[in-house]
Amino acid sequence: MEPTTKTETLDIEGMTCASCAAAVEKSLSRAPGVQSALVNFATEKATVQYLPGQASPATLKEAVVNAGYSVTERPPDTSAAERSAETDRQKALAYQKLKRRFWVAVGLVVVIMPLSMLMLWPAMMQRVNVQWLNYLLLLLTLPVLGYSGREFYVSAWNGFKHRSANMDTLIAVGTGAAFFYSLAATVVPGFFTSRGLMPEVYYDTTATIIALILLGKVMELRAKTQTSAAMRSLIGLQAKTARVVRPGGAEVDVPIEQVQLGDIVVVRPGEKVATDGRITEGQSSLNEAMLTGESLPVEKQTGDSVFGATLNKTGSFRFEVTKVGADTMLSQIVKLVEDAQGSRAPIQRLADKVSAIFVPTVVVIAILTFVLWFDLAPVDTRLPLALVNFVAVLIIACPCALGLATPTAIMVSTGKGAEHGVLIRNAEALEKAYQVNTVLLDKTGTITKGEPAVTDFVAPGQDGPRLLQLVAAVERQSEHPLAEAVVRHADDQGADKLTATGFRAVEGKGAAATVDGQAVLIGNRRLLTDEGVTLSPELTAQAEQLLSQAKTLLYVAVAGQAVGLVGVADTVRDTSVAAIKKLQALGIEVVMMTGDNPQTAAQVAGQVGITRYFAEVLPADKAGKVKELQGEGRIVAMVGDGINDAPALAQADIGLAIGSGTDVAMEAAGITLMRSDLNGVVTAIELSRQTIRTIKQNLFFAFVYNTLGIPIAAGLLYPFFGILLSPMLAAGAMALSSVSVLTNSLRLRSFDNH
Amino acid sequence: MDTTAIIVTIVGLGLVAFVLWYFFFSARQAASAVSSSSGVQEVAITVKGGYSPDIIEVEKGKPVQLSFYRNEENSCSEELLMPDFSIRRDLPAFKTTLVELLPEKAGTFPFTCGMGMLRGSLVVK
Repeated sequence: MEPTTKTETLDIEGMTCASCAAAVEKSLSRAPGVQSALVNFATEKATVQYLPGQASPATLKEAVVNAGYSVTERPPDTSAAERSAETDRQKALAYQKLKRRFWVAVGLVVVIMPLSMLMLWPAMMQRVNVQWLNYLLLLLTLPVLGYSGREFYVSAWNGFKHRSANMDTLIAVGTGAAFFYSLAATVVPGFFTSRGLMPEVYYDTTATIIALILLGKVMELRAKTQTSAAMRSLIGLQAKTARVVRPGGAEVDVPIEQVQLGDIVVVRPGEKVATDGRITEGQSSLNEAMLTGESLPVEKQTGDSVFGATLNKTGSFRFEVTKVGADTMLSQIVKLVEDAQGSRAPIQRLADKVSAIFVPTVVVIAILTFVLWFDLAPVDTRLPLALVNFVAVLIIACPCALGLATPTAIMVSTGKGAEHGVLIRNAEALEKAYQVNTVLLDKTGTITKGEPAVTDFVAPGQDGPRLLQLVAAVERQSEHPLAEAVVRHADDQGADKLTATGFRAVEGKGAAATVDGQAVLIGNRRLLTDEGVTLSPELTAQAEQLLSQAKTLLYVAVAGQAVGLVGVADTVRDTSVAAIKKLQALGIEVVMMTGDNPQTAAQVAGQVGITRYFAEVLPADKAGKVKELQGEGRIVAMVGDGINDAPALAQADIGLAIGSGTDVAMEAAGITLMRSDLNGVVTAIELSRQTIRTIKQNLFFAFVYNTLGIPIAAGLLYPFFGILLSPMLAAGAMALSSVSVLTNSLRLRSFDNH
Repeated sequence: MDTTAIIVTIVGLGLVAFVLWYFFFSARQAASAVSSSSGVQEVAITVKGGYSPDIIEVEKGKPVQLSFYRNEENSCSEELLMPDFSIRRDLPAFKTTLVELLPEKAGTFPFTCGMGMLRGSLVVK
């Protein structure tokens, strides 16, 4: 049955106490047509159920006003599309600024570098006043620090005030130290020479480090915008306008934000469906790939649901709007994916702990490096050596790679999953799916279509198509699910429609009617027996064979003669066999569970290549079966579609709900498959495996980079091999580390299991 | 070791001690949420090189509205992450971003920037 009530949420303004809420609730409850009203004082929202014929959002608002409060009008939704457009603008602007700062730094470095190189040619040095050259370099370096690198210093200072330290702290302290040392050497060289030190300057180092780190940031930002590309394209699918039919019959294009519940919207071939609704007139085939990942068009007719952002292919139709704004399927998918991207993956935990103490620890190591070099190096070079290694340690250490390792991979893969009609609830689900070694499938509705279909039509010695017409004519008048299956079969075969008269349903047995002047009976065996019709030996044999295949039989008699059999069964989905084979190829054991008798279960299991199955499982025992498998030490993924699967979905290590495409909010499942076939299970598991592999690579790389990079920068190799890491090389390595982690995550974009 | 080296060593170790104390052991301020007339617990947080306040106390079971004002352009703070509430939000510079959540369990729930460097926590009582 269709629910006849509608639900509306109102934002109530002016409630100051709990009794106000009670007053609003009372006023709303008394309004005509209202079935129930609930007012939440804390959230300032009223949830009202009403009969659409007798009440409307306007009359509800009136009831609130009558109680002395008002309803806040707000746009139907600060939709994901608007939000993302705004942040995109901001990000583009930030990217432009960053690029400008980078190019300024590069431009100056190009001048600073050769000038610093002059020192390498003693002949040149003779002719150049070193004092003046240093001042010139200082002048050229100042804009690099003050303009290009300003953000690092500001951020480091702000962070310091908050007792927090980040990557900018390291860069600021590192380049700052090099700069101030050089500044001192420039302004008071006598201080150095009097102590037997060369007044060396490191302006080139300072400027180059800033330029290199900005390069890393530019590349990082560009790569980061690509991590959410799938999401943005999903959001971008939303239609901008809808062609609404006004009461007078005129068709008007209105912005999507103004479309209201109950509006009638026209969709022509080739157009996008504006929002969610139900077809009231016409029929068509629609491409729903953007929501379900299914590339084949879906036939829709009057009464069927359509969804916003899907593409109308062939026909023209009208639909009544049932959902707008944040309630639409597209918005819910976007919300779900956004939530998943905000969740924490357990695998990131160690990296998170390290990140939290990373920067202060590195600063400590850098200070110790300085002290050790100063104490142990030869006196005449100890200050420059201590300084160079101090800077190198600060610059090479990069918490970015650690911080980016997991989230970027999850961003890419959840978006990719949505593209394939696989909705991942959170990062933990993704991580669980990776470990799965057993998949438990609920038979009905998962492996099979979940509705009876005609599998055999036996009419020995008869005109088969003609008989089908007769039978379908009778069944068209019946509402029995088996009758529906027969009618569907006849329609698929393109049988002519005949008219039946004198229809009579026989409770629990079947139906009878007269078609084309002939009395037609269709039903179970008892119907025929009761009507005095006997079965020929040939039909009896056929019937026994079909029954042994666990099929339900309908017997057909025309003019008192038994003439045919209809075999009906819940048929296996076209994709099930291949999907199960793929799962098995991934090294996963596939187990089936069904409420059917062992015979039917064995039949279906054999058909799809499953060796282990549980038959006669009561709905209440489903979760128990999951537990049983877990008791064997297996990591179980449960796949199911029905409400009665919910406890089992929750009990399983990871639950995969097969959505019929109508209910995104499947609370019990970690993963929701928008398309009703098992290929989604394969996609989910493969995607999860690739994602976790990528995350592990990223984390490995980030940890190795830092654990090797820091000691090398500190000069650990110097006593053995005489190798010191120049701070400029350290800066290059740092820029590369986060970019390479990002690039690795972006490889997931090419994921495709078809 | 000459005098300079000894001085450098002492100053260095002193700095190490300061860094460790400053970032890990110094006392932090906690701020409690203010309940609005409607029962929503509201907290205003400024984002600038960190979160101030960075420890926020709220009551269990009542809706919480955090308004983050990002008072800088630095890219470090452009994202807000509250993994326990599945929230990842972009914080536009010089704008206020509202984050609403319902704390159902007591405990300490950290929130961080996108890379986990800036940190704060929501203490639910």
